[in-house]
Amino acid sequence: MALEAFPVEATHIMMFARAIGDPNPAYVDPTSDEAIAAGGIVAPPTFPMAGMQFEPANPFLPKAGEPWFGSGREATGRPPKESDGSGVQGGLHAEQSFTYVTPLRPGMVLHAVRREGETWTKESRRGGTLTFSEMYTDYLDENDELVVTARMLSVIPSVNPTEGS
Amino acid sequence: MTVAPSSLTIGETRTKVLFDDLSRTQIVMYAGASGDYNPLHSDERYTKEVAGFPSIFAHGMLSMGATGRVITDWFGAQNVRSYGVRFVNQVWPGDKLEATVTVTELREEECQQLAELSVTTVNQDGAPVVTGTATVLLSND
Repeated sequence: MALEAFPVEATHIMMFARAIGDPNPAYVDPTSDEAIAAGGIVAPPTFPMAGMQFEPANPFLPKAGEPWFGSGREATGRPPKESDGSGVQGGLHAEQSFTYVTPLRPGMVLHAVRREGETWTKESRRGGTLTFSEMYTDYLDENDELVVTARMLSVIPSVNPTEGS
Repeated sequence: MTVAPSSLTIGETRTKVLFDDLSRTQIVMYAGASGDYNPLHSDERYTKEVAGFPSIFAHGMLSMGATGRVITDWFGAQNVRSYGVRFVNQVWPGDKLEATVTVTELREEECQQLAELSVTTVNQDGAPVVTGTATVLLSND
């Protein structure tokens, strides 16, 4: 299992809505016309991504006592390995989609199951060999009912696409 | 708020400025809320010296999330049935982002009225940064 428990909380939804620059009262104020029309506070459609906060294996969350690949005293606390290719650790985000059964709402506690999709390569003028990989994540509620399925397509270039461009 | 199919026409559009001058702080807010603390989005020194980019840049998901406003402001967040995008260009601090949504199809499926939408967000140069599609539930009018 990718994610054991992702509690959907009102404050987190508020922070997420602010972070995407969206002032829609449906995300924050249960007494607003927008929230009443939505049957109560809902989360923005891309909120499932915030499940990363609850994922122990999240590679983009610094962990206490472990070296971090961002800068501190030096430009990186953990230089990229040869296998990381361009130095873009974890790859770049090429595509993302969500298919919803119901909107996410405060009080839900989701869990997620991940399955790999296709992997393929493509030659590019700027990035050398591009390796694409698909990942599907099903977010389920406490009754194991599907709430949303996410598809992520990542791309890892074999050379840094910014060099020489 | 649920939009009636009779109020829509194919090709109808709405446009919204998402950010006039995207700040680094906005990008940091997205890192904090989402849990994606990849230093490419907040750590200028790492991003320039190690990863080789000219500056930090926004999470694709910040652009996708912000673009969602043109859909949810019109049709209601609770009515989005699918939403997918391709990240076609990077978004940098200082960018102006403007999103446009277009109604491309009206259809009925299992007694539900649905609208198919296309979305595009462009930067200040008119270059697309996010392109995609969405399906939204309409009212039965």
